[in-house]
Amino acid sequence: MADLTGGHADVRVDLRVVADLVEPGSRVLDVGCGDGELLALLERTRGVDARGLELGQDGVRDAVARGLSVIQGDADSDLAFYPDGAFDYAILSQTIQATRNPKRVLEDLLRIGRRAIVSFPNFGHVDVRLRLLFTGRMPVSSRLPYSWYDTPNIHFCTMRDFVALCEEVGATVERAIALDGNGKKLPFNAPWWVWNLIGAQGVFLLSKR
Amino acid sequence: MSATDAAETDAQERLRRGQADHPASPVMRFGPDRPLPLDSGAAIAPWQIAYQTYGRLNADRSNAILVCHALTGDQHVASDNPVTGKPGWWTMMIGPGRPIDTDRWFVICANVLGGCMGTTGPASTGPDGRIYGLDLPVLTIGDMVRAQAMLVDALGIGRLFAVVGGSMGGMQVLQWAAAYPDRVFAAVCMASGARHSSQNIAFHEVGRQAVMADPDWCGGRYLDAGTSPKKGLAVARMAAHITYMSGQSLHAKFGRNLQDRERLTFGFDADFQIESYLRHQGMTFVDRFDANSYLYVTRAMDYFDLAAARDGALSKVFQGSRTRFCIVSFTSDWLFPTSESRAVVHALNAAGASVSFVEIESDRGHDSFLLDIPEQFRIVRGFLTGAARAAGLAFAGRD
Repeated sequence: MADLTGGHADVRVDLRVVADLVEPGSRVLDVGCGDGELLALLERTRGVDARGLELGQDGVRDAVARGLSVIQGDADSDLAFYPDGAFDYAILSQTIQATRNPKRVLEDLLRIGRRAIVSFPNFGHVDVRLRLLFTGRMPVSSRLPYSWYDTPNIHFCTMRDFVALCEEVGATVERAIALDGNGKKLPFNAPWWVWNLIGAQGVFLLSKR
Repeated sequence: MSATDAAETDAQERLRRGQADHPASPVMRFGPDRPLPLDSGAAIAPWQIAYQTYGRLNADRSNAILVCHALTGDQHVASDNPVTGKPGWWTMMIGPGRPIDTDRWFVICANVLGGCMGTTGPASTGPDGRIYGLDLPVLTIGDMVRAQAMLVDALGIGRLFAVVGGSMGGMQVLQWAAAYPDRVFAAVCMASGARHSSQNIAFHEVGRQAVMADPDWCGGRYLDAGTSPKKGLAVARMAAHITYMSGQSLHAKFGRNLQDRERLTFGFDADFQIESYLRHQGMTFVDRFDANSYLYVTRAMDYFDLAAARDGALSKVFQGSRTRFCIVSFTSDWLFPTSESRAVVHALNAAGASVSFVEIESDRGHDSFLLDIPEQFRIVRGFLTGAARAAGLAFAGRD
């Protein structure tokens, strides 16, 4: 059977959406890079100079063991040590909701990178709203698998909240993409309120105004 | 100690003393026309550097890895030590199929300048035919690395694929990357830092004072006097050994267990196992190490402060560096705590250098880098493999 994924069938769909936003040969910092899956994909398919920052020791160890330049550190405290404009892209994939100070982290991303790419689970998604509405309890699902008292995710936001934060820190939204529950791009354009309702994840390409 | 033990010790000590000028390993000799300039402003000539190699240098000389040893290590990194007869100090890391795979890499390890295993040091014979003793100028990590660079030159190697080391070896790794950025493609620095802290200097001073307080030290001329400051050096080693372990590992290994007895003796014998262990560490050390070397090499570590030459800005030291760095620290290391590694990592980030950094969970203290901790082997193997890919080095069928 023909491989329609370009040989990356094993890679998470949302990571491919992020990777598609990156120009080949650029310098990339992935903040909260986990075991380096996105970095490895970017090195393989886009020929980027890839660097990562990850809090968890297991992730760092796996990433370094696969030959990636990844350091163990905390987005909240360690981004300060990177100089202005050090990277073409500073990426924050599925991590902003776990930072203590999302606003400062976003400002740091826009300072360190010429552009920033941020993806996050959309708390405005209809599933979340319905669960809150009908059960009256914080939603726990396969995509948000933690109980409220035991979660690394301390700063959830909706897509509209995020757009408002971009406005506040002076970031221009160059592109915004909504993904469905399987991480696939929603194949149509719609007003914000629609995406905010049916997008499970948002992916934003930002630049400093 | 029985008479046989004493005789064996004497034999071992004679063997060790012989290594100073005529080591049981290859040695590169530099004549009076090729002096080694030192950071102190002095120079030494003639001088020599003893080394071991493992694996084979490839045709384009691109697969050389220099391994730098720690304070009391030597060039016998992956082969039996000629003095103690024990296996090399990093046999788990280096060898065929090991993380630093000698089927792939040409590994060089040299005895440091100031050492006592065949590289010029205070136990070596100087140009006037006398043993140097304290007449040898004080040395620095920079001097050690300069000596290694002259060896690497003499071996016909322009660029090292990697420089690797832990503790004082890690200092040399950073010094290599700072002094010869174009000659180091990758750098692995474990359990180390860019400077020696005041706490570490303090411990070293205790050790040096113990050596110098021993009447057998004879103002540093004990080799001429036919004595040896064994008690002082043993005490120095005992104090240092404590700093290499963690409180937790000491407790796990010894607790308050008594040594070969049922109850306390109410005296100053080694009642506790830990006392007897430290005494043993001290005793065995004096048979394989030279007391004056201990003074010189600890002093070199004390003087190390990479940022000092750049107004304290470590990032300036690495500005524009294209070396790929891998920094490793251990959670229970209180001699070179993670904060020291992190300072290096932050400086490298600020300089835009390529850097990997892992803090490895270990309760075994500073010496973790010498121990069987699979985590560190995976890291080193993975990092070197990734760097080899980046360098375009192909090893058929091995990845």
